[in-house]
Amino acid sequence: MAATEQRPIGFGRLKRKEDPRFLRGEGTYVDDVKLPGMLHGAILRSPLAHARIVSIDTSAAQQHPKVRVVVTGRDLEGLGLAWMPTLSADTQAVLATDKVRFQGQEVAFVVAEDRYAARDALELIEVDYEPLPVVSDVRRALDPDAPVIRDDKEGQTTNRIFDWEAGDEAETERVLADADVVVVTQEIPFQRVHPAPLETCGSVADMDPVTGKLRLWTTSQAPHAHRTLYAMVAGIPEHRIQVIAPDIGGGFGNKVPIYPGYVCSIVGSILTGRPVKWMEDRTENLTSTGFARDYLMRGRIAADRDGRIRGLRVDVLADHGAFNATAQPSKYPAGFFHIFTGSYDLEAAYCSVRGVYTNKAPGGVAYRCSFRVTEAAYLVERMVDLLAAELEMDPVELRMRNLIRSDQFPYTTKTGWEYDSGDYHATMREALRIAGYDELRREQAERRARGEHMGIGVSFFTETVGAGPKAKMDIAGLGMADGAELRVHPTGTAVVRLSVQTQGQGHETTFAQIVAEELGIPPEDVEVVHGDTDQTPFGLGTYGSRSTPVSGAAVAMVSRKVRDKARLIASAALEVAPEDLAWERGRWFVKGDPEQGRTIQELALAAHGTLTLPDGVEGHLDAEAVYDPPNLTYPCGAYIAVVDVDPATGEVRLRRFVAVDDCGVRINPMIVEGQIHGGLAEGAGIALMQHIAFDEQGNCLGGSFMYYGGRWSLEVPDWELGETVTPSPHHPIGAKGVGESSNVGSPPAIVNAIVDALAPFGVRHVDMPATPGRVWEAIRSASGTAAPPR
Amino acid sequence: MQITLSINGETRSAEAEPRTLLVHVLRDHLDLTGTHWGCDTSNCGACVVLVDGEPVKSCTMLAAMAEGHEITTVEGLARDGELDPVQQGFFEEHGLQCGFCTPGMMLTARALLNENPNPSDEEIRVAISGQICRCTGYANIVRAVRWAAEHEAGATAGEEAIA
Amino acid sequence: MQVPAPFEYVRASSVGEAIDLLERLGPEARLVAGGHSLLPMMKLRLATPEHLIDINPLAGELGDVREEGGEVRIGAMTRHRDVLESELLVRRFPIMRDAERRIADPPVRNRGTIGGALCQADPSEDLSAVCAALKASVVIRGRGGDRVLDMVAFHRGPYETAVGDAEMLVEVRVPVRPHGGSAYEKVERRAGDWAIAAAGAALWLDGATVADAGIALSAVNPRGVRCERAEQALVGRPPSEEAFAEAAALAAEDCDPIADQRGSAEYKRHLARELTHRALRRAAERTLAS
Repeated sequence: MAATEQRPIGFGRLKRKEDPRFLRGEGTYVDDVKLPGMLHGAILRSPLAHARIVSIDTSAAQQHPKVRVVVTGRDLEGLGLAWMPTLSADTQAVLATDKVRFQGQEVAFVVAEDRYAARDALELIEVDYEPLPVVSDVRRALDPDAPVIRDDKEGQTTNRIFDWEAGDEAETERVLADADVVVVTQEIPFQRVHPAPLETCGSVADMDPVTGKLRLWTTSQAPHAHRTLYAMVAGIPEHRIQVIAPDIGGGFGNKVPIYPGYVCSIVGSILTGRPVKWMEDRTENLTSTGFARDYLMRGRIAADRDGRIRGLRVDVLADHGAFNATAQPSKYPAGFFHIFTGSYDLEAAYCSVRGVYTNKAPGGVAYRCSFRVTEAAYLVERMVDLLAAELEMDPVELRMRNLIRSDQFPYTTKTGWEYDSGDYHATMREALRIAGYDELRREQAERRARGEHMGIGVSFFTETVGAGPKAKMDIAGLGMADGAELRVHPTGTAVVRLSVQTQGQGHETTFAQIVAEELGIPPEDVEVVHGDTDQTPFGLGTYGSRSTPVSGAAVAMVSRKVRDKARLIASAALEVAPEDLAWERGRWFVKGDPEQGRTIQELALAAHGTLTLPDGVEGHLDAEAVYDPPNLTYPCGAYIAVVDVDPATGEVRLRRFVAVDDCGVRINPMIVEGQIHGGLAEGAGIALMQHIAFDEQGNCLGGSFMYYGGRWSLEVPDWELGETVTPSPHHPIGAKGVGESSNVGSPPAIVNAIVDALAPFGVRHVDMPATPGRVWEAIRSASGTAAPPR
Repeated sequence: MQITLSINGETRSAEAEPRTLLVHVLRDHLDLTGTHWGCDTSNCGACVVLVDGEPVKSCTMLAAMAEGHEITTVEGLARDGELDPVQQGFFEEHGLQCGFCTPGMMLTARALLNENPNPSDEEIRVAISGQICRCTGYANIVRAVRWAAEHEAGATAGEEAIA
Repeated sequence: MQVPAPFEYVRASSVGEAIDLLERLGPEARLVAGGHSLLPMMKLRLATPEHLIDINPLAGELGDVREEGGEVRIGAMTRHRDVLESELLVRRFPIMRDAERRIADPPVRNRGTIGGALCQADPSEDLSAVCAALKASVVIRGRGGDRVLDMVAFHRGPYETAVGDAEMLVEVRVPVRPHGGSAYEKVERRAGDWAIAAAGAALWLDGATVADAGIALSAVNPRGVRCERAEQALVGRPPSEEAFAEAAALAAEDCDPIADQRGSAEYKRHLARELTHRALRRAAERTLAS
């Protein structure tokens, strides 16, 4: 892209408005907040995965000269704060009282004068634990002799959390049993991973002892929802709580839940009368805050011999950790896993999901995807490739035969979801064109003849983003509609206030562009205010790619309200009926006499001036809107990965990656492409490296960036992007949301490529992360030789 | 102990314990919060500053060890309010999203271009290979550094790139 | 962020002063050079020295790479980056660059030192294997003067070396011998990670046969680094694929890998063989090219 493209008024490649402060090192992240008299908190965590707490002795820590207060679960019980509700109607210990239930669980909180002293004091706390048997393997969680992890919950006699299903089981079984079909069955785990934003989680709590007002700077992707929950939990009146999510160093779903550390910082501030900062370290982040995935899936797919896919069944065992703290709409315990039917026109489909407790960290957040969509897309895209192998059919050909046709939209899936729009075949063809698919297959054949192992992997995914319609979706009882407020000042510049908040997605630019597109006010004249609950209207936050589908629509609607009001003002100013006015971007003019008109800036001044307005029209040029989406939006994409595998070492090199996304109308293509790039790198990390693993004792083996990492710069190619544009028919500007699509579509493409490379060895499947060791073991077990041929 | 450092051409002093890490003296004692931190194991590189012109992870260097050396942080990149070409390049090529890794990435880029005014994409990727970006997928960071190379005062890289 | 426990800090301005300080402050004192192994351990409070003796001021005194008396002498404070970029080392011992370009990452290489890496003796560390394959020796200085040890005597096992109380490593000496070639092969989960397994090899030819060989492994060999049986299997034979395969098999037999997150013991043993073979092959190519 050229660096000197013309600056657009509305949609287009506008350079980001938020960049200058970051470029100068003048962003304000939570750990940059420094208040007078501020103290520092640190958390003592359990070294054991399951143990009864016999005693906690904090006396030595209390003696430390720089320590102000030490808080344990017993202290919190007195305040009614030892437990807090999760976003999934479960409870989670703030500080453990009875037992610890995962390694890394919060046990005590120290407040000291500086962060070094707070850390030192943790070493002085003595905890006597009585170890208990550990449930580390999700497959054993429901064994009759498995220890009951949540014995704190009345009536909880096993580790079962829920059973949930979707689709028609009988019909699906009938199709699977049809004598003419080919059925492939495969266990497909999606390993536990962690979003690991570069900035860890933390907060600065400042409870003013005089006014009773709590200000909380916090790493939150959902500041309004957090405010409401704090009011419900802590009993602080909601109007006296101000949640500020300042600049956030990445979220990816990790910063949706409320964590015990945030609550502890509030308690610390209440107890000391001073501001208290708590910032977790990387190990705390990886071992205690919201993980993602951890779905053990078993898929069965059936097709006719000619490649017509007929039915799909999947049964899931879902590891939710010690507390059910998944972040997703209340009525959807398995998120939007319904979308496991993918992009295909199936005859029958059924899924069941069983959620269980284990002695692992709580979570189940939607890591750079809508709720459980990544798991679903991985499942179906692996199953389709397995089927292609079984049918000895090219995986592209099999997909092309079964993709939903453009004339079938809106398309209702066998699990009851209505896909809004798409032209899947066109999207796939564009990916094939960019990749040079036929040429790649020729190259692969040549390399195979030379004994080289090149793989080509394809995936086609449909995402379901923009939660969601109030009638169907809520989180903790809060409907998922978003507000927006727009004020046009007398001199024609504007302020738009949002409930959603950026963790790097470029809201300050994109949302200004929506106002610009709708009103013709240049984006540099539109200030976007977000991230402070005292300054912004209510809404549910940024995750599941919902900012553009929901708040983007709210901003378009509030802009249109202002435009409609400007029309009334123009009619007064021009002394014509409103019906006789027409709109061009930034201006109302008289139909048939285009010279006669008023710009939006002129109308803003008039609205605040002495002009007599028509009856019923109030002064000023402001509006508010609340947008309740009629449906989710369904972006899609076709991805092609090319890998080279060294079978003697198991090393995989990701050589090329082609991503064609259809996210409807692109407001700022530069930002959209940046979002796709980022998700691809994270998807590659998940496919190849990222894993939060545990040993039998429940010790976390992935607790630092030494062991857990995404991809570094040397391990990813330059991304090759393409697009098709199928607007969402129900979104005011036709946009669909895109921030997470590439993280959904890339893991299956990469794994499919690796399996494709290893097909000559008879390898059918490789579990993620496909580390060199895993790849080598897969070859060995498929080919039955200790040292695979080279 | 009293620690005296030369930062961005200025002499700054702080009273800090000997164990204080350079990143904490910069951030907590001297309010230079443009330098971030993201891990404990010197893997992520969010804390990279230049020490005598070389990228160094300031979470794994005691502040005391930095005495007598010239330290450059992100706050020292712009000159007289004018953005460094590296900063401009990150802006032009959308080389940042959340901005958390950006200061370290830009300082590494500055050090690279000082030694190698016309690096290849591979050389850029090697230079930033000790720093994690969770947002951008790196491609636009590479483009940003290349943009800077092509727009340095007296750069020849741009002409070659066009040719 | 994790932070170290308190300690006293002192700077040494000469090797003599560093040794004096070690003697005076006793076993609870530690030297710190690049700090990229020690400080992370201190943050985890797995290491809690009472005194830290900063030897970075010795970078001039101990930071030189030069050829002298039939040896290349590398000062213990030579940073990874300077090892990587040394023209002399690249020319004499290409194994050094093979290994260095994959040790951690550029900012870490700007601080970490060869002496620090050898003295930390992490079982997955690369330079111990490189130096062992090259049959290098190290110079350890104490009050009583210098001791020169070969790598087998120096490297006693994981995190354990022959450096005694009030002693410090000051130099690495690599003999320059005719008709030599060397190479390092490493498999890692990601760029800059510790090795899953790695192999270093050096060959010295006498006409058409191997006069001497050095083979050393990293990350799979908790007891030592050299594979002497594999080395012996090559001596006196032509540098052939067959000989390399045999030596590689012996190296794999003699290593002792443990299963961990990086891979199973079986996989690592397989890698030991594969990588030894590859390193020998490349070392031989370089021998013939030299």
